[in-house]
Amino acid sequence: MPLVALRAPLRELAGGNREIRLDGATVGEVLRELERAWPRTSGWILDERGKVRRHVNVFVNGEAVREDASVRPEDRLQVLPSISGGG
Amino acid sequence: MHELLIGTKKGLFVLQGEGPGTFRVTTRAFAGQVVEFAVRDPRTGRTFASVTSGFYGPRLMWTDDVTAEEWRTAAGPAFPEGKDEAVERIWIVQPGEADGVLYAGVAPAALFVSTDGGESWSLNDALWAQRIEGDWQPGAGGLALHSICPWPGHPDRLAIGVSAAGVWLTEDGGASWRSGFTGLVPEYMPEDAREGTNQLCVHNMHRAPLRPERLFMQFHGSVYRSDDAGITWNDIAAPLPSGFGFPLAIDPADPDSAFVIPLVGAEDRVTPEGTVRVFGTRDAGASWVAGEGLPAHDAWITILRQAFGTSGSGEDLSLWFGATSGEVFGSTGGPWFTVAPRLAPVTSVRAVSA
Repeated sequence: MPLVALRAPLRELAGGNREIRLDGATVGEVLRELERAWPRTSGWILDERGKVRRHVNVFVNGEAVREDASVRPEDRLQVLPSISGGG
Repeated sequence: MHELLIGTKKGLFVLQGEGPGTFRVTTRAFAGQVVEFAVRDPRTGRTFASVTSGFYGPRLMWTDDVTAEEWRTAAGPAFPEGKDEAVERIWIVQPGEADGVLYAGVAPAALFVSTDGGESWSLNDALWAQRIEGDWQPGAGGLALHSICPWPGHPDRLAIGVSAAGVWLTEDGGASWRSGFTGLVPEYMPEDAREGTNQLCVHNMHRAPLRPERLFMQFHGSVYRSDDAGITWNDIAAPLPSGFGFPLAIDPADPDSAFVIPLVGAEDRVTPEGTVRVFGTRDAGASWVAGEGLPAHDAWITILRQAFGTSGSGEDLSLWFGATSGEVFGSTGGPWFTVAPRLAPVTSVRAVSA
């Protein structure tokens, strides 16, 4: 299963886990699985349309991707706040 | 007498005073409009104000007498036909080294040059080509060219800082540019995506005029120093309570000096622990000391990247900064004091050279 790495504050919403293995064949599927496993993360990364929020970056093995990118079982996803966000 | 140009979300305020308790607003201009930046060219006495109307967009205004309330609109900066871009915000106006030359940095990131004292402006095409080729990406404040560092005595040498596209250097008056990325660590990216990235979020950058190959930078997450004209950078934030912040200032007489105002971090852009502290180094970043007199509790304020200025140098150095809370603080060598407690949210602070 792909490995998802989280930083604060998402880590706290996912039970304090730095890394979680989750099912899914696309970035969107993996992140929906994260929401099912840890409901407090719902709406933080994906919006109500299932799209990665504008100011969130998702990387697969270091490459920036969006929700429709394919992932393989050995892939590592990282979810980071974008420098274009905040305020 | 100190004179301060304070850009705010509700216009330009000119303040004058001698010291604690004496500052008064002597002029307010551009009521109801955002003044992103204001500065006086010490060579000519001409004052510039970057004004952004919520309705009518950005304009660069100038006057030779701020008390006369007669401001003129500069011809630009504006993108020429064919670029399919429009200036969204004018971040900085910087006097250059050559007579009559000024530079302006705007969003989306571009450098403009004036050779007639700031009355008209033209785009630097070579840097624009780098932007297109590199697909520069914005930071939270947009894709902003906000720092312009001339090299004293060398009009052809410039260093510029871009959020979020790193440091760019020219030695031929802007005909060609090279990047200065080495040593900058974008901790906001995964480790395996950092090498070779140009998504480098420079927050503010200044050159030490007496040792011009030295620059100091407040980055998105740390403070850096370069001793080779901006090509490579060394992290000097370790002694600070946080490496995050926006503005940076230097003492023009001391190339080992820099001053920063730490904030908690990218996701909480306020002063740490409710305490406002300006940290200064006099040993090029090996150690930092906080000044005294600023609010020590219940103060959760934000200081933006252009809202920290200086006047004088050496023993006569004064420091000035403003917060989005509307407060302006100053230090004329001793403890910090309140210059103005209740202006509008402060976007920029620049002192007028005597």
